[in-house]
Amino acid sequence: MDAVFLTFILMLSIILGFELINKVPATLHTPLMSGANAISGITLVGALAYAGSGYVSSGATSLLGALAVVFATINVVGGYLVTDRMLAMFKKKDGGQG
Amino acid sequence: MTLDLWINSVYIVAALLFILGLKLLSSPATARRGNGVSALGMGLAVSVALLDQGIIEFKWIVVAAAIGAVIGTVVAKKVEMTSMPEMVALFNGSGGLASLLVGWAAIEGSTSIFVLATIFLSVLIGGVTFTGSIVAYGKLSEKIDGKPIMFSGQRVFNGLLVLLILVSGVMFSVEPNDNTMWFALIVILALLFGVMVVIPIGGADMPVVISLLNSYSGLAACAAGFAINNNILIVAGSLVGASGIILTQIMCKAMNRSLANVLFSGFGSVSGKAEKIEGEVKPISVEDAYYVLEAATNVAIVPGYGMAVAQAQHVVKELQELLEANGCEVNYAIHPVAGRMPGHMNVLLAEADVSYDILLEMDEINPRMDTVDVCIVIGANDVVNPAAREMESSPIYGMPVINVDHAKTVFVLKRSMASGFAGIENPLFFKDNTRMLFGDAKESIGGLIREFE
Repeated sequence: MDAVFLTFILMLSIILGFELINKVPATLHTPLMSGANAISGITLVGALAYAGSGYVSSGATSLLGALAVVFATINVVGGYLVTDRMLAMFKKKDGGQG
Repeated sequence: MTLDLWINSVYIVAALLFILGLKLLSSPATARRGNGVSALGMGLAVSVALLDQGIIEFKWIVVAAAIGAVIGTVVAKKVEMTSMPEMVALFNGSGGLASLLVGWAAIEGSTSIFVLATIFLSVLIGGVTFTGSIVAYGKLSEKIDGKPIMFSGQRVFNGLLVLLILVSGVMFSVEPNDNTMWFALIVILALLFGVMVVIPIGGADMPVVISLLNSYSGLAACAAGFAINNNILIVAGSLVGASGIILTQIMCKAMNRSLANVLFSGFGSVSGKAEKIEGEVKPISVEDAYYVLEAATNVAIVPGYGMAVAQAQHVVKELQELLEANGCEVNYAIHPVAGRMPGHMNVLLAEADVSYDILLEMDEINPRMDTVDVCIVIGANDVVNPAAREMESSPIYGMPVINVDHAKTVFVLKRSMASGFAGIENPLFFKDNTRMLFGDAKESIGGLIREFE
């Protein structure tokens, strides 16, 4: 049942994703990508449980988890910060045109 | 059980915030808020993930998260806007690697075929994303040659590689008790495959590759979500996957090529059959160019990767202001594949403080190109090449381009007469209404600014 349920979620999210992303204007495609980088750091959520499973009790698993935490955190923190930095530059100026 | 329910409810809220964040990205006016909303969702998801009862030791979590946060912050603050494609490539790779590691960690104690198969997928996609992104980074930063790398038997080799990966995947999934060797093989093959996938793709096709790897990094997270039975990974991962695929489609369409063609053809490695273009190139001096611009009432600026290389976006903005002060309407015409990643030019111009409402897409500017007095092409080549409309023998025939030659006068800022990145001849340079302004783009525009002052 689990597999069916998870696949159901997958389908719905993909359709929703297509609908949402199609509405993003071309001018924001670079921030969209860096923002997507940040979201793909969601793996962090999965990595935390392994990283905290205790080195004594689970050995290599906790080490792998900790490494995954490093890389996923780079994505999350770096992704959101750089996207914010970029989006802060997008400004509309009134009366700029002749 | 109740804690579990609670955690999952918060995941639903986090998913809603990701979706809302993406929705706010539909306009530059709300986009920054959208990013904040999305970050809030991530914060929530991570916070409740820390409540997981499997966590008995926080030491390594703190150390690892601190290292990641410092690296992420430094990179995000330091990176130049021109190097954004390289940074996104590296972030794609880092996301892929994280999913590979989570998949790896999930093996311990997993016995069901379904779970093992999803572990296989997360390791495979994560591994391909990781090494593919490293190669893409190398090509973008010119640490390795941007030319497509092809060798005889490449397709056979890749075919065998895929077959071997599939066999290892099946063996790994059906033999839960004795699959360590198969797993090692999967990791090695996935990493190798990532390299093989990207090396035959030329530097000019990098916008497609980055978009695709972006999508893979999401799909890898998605597969990891299946492996560890976590909804939020699936939702967030598939949002990213969908985003990358749409961008990939847009890029391919903008080059009038299929994805298969981009991935396998080694475009730009072969040239030669090009027909000879007859005509004379007409250079123009900065001073004469100034007189033409001074009389113009409608100017369109077409930026390309060359503008990024010359770091000319700030002087371009200065020129725009002078033209506007002179009573002239100035717009920017931006081709979807201008630059090295989707939207690259827009970010550079935003950095130079250009208002986003005068950044026009190709479909907006083309119908009114006839009314433009002067079109200034800065460091763009293939995206303004009329051969795409006129010369059936041209490799880019059929690609939608910005019809700069329909403007009354075209200025092309160019270093020399060498052909563009893809090595394709450009008949634009020989048109009657084209004037070549040779030299470094930044210096040429600087010269124009001095004439105005």
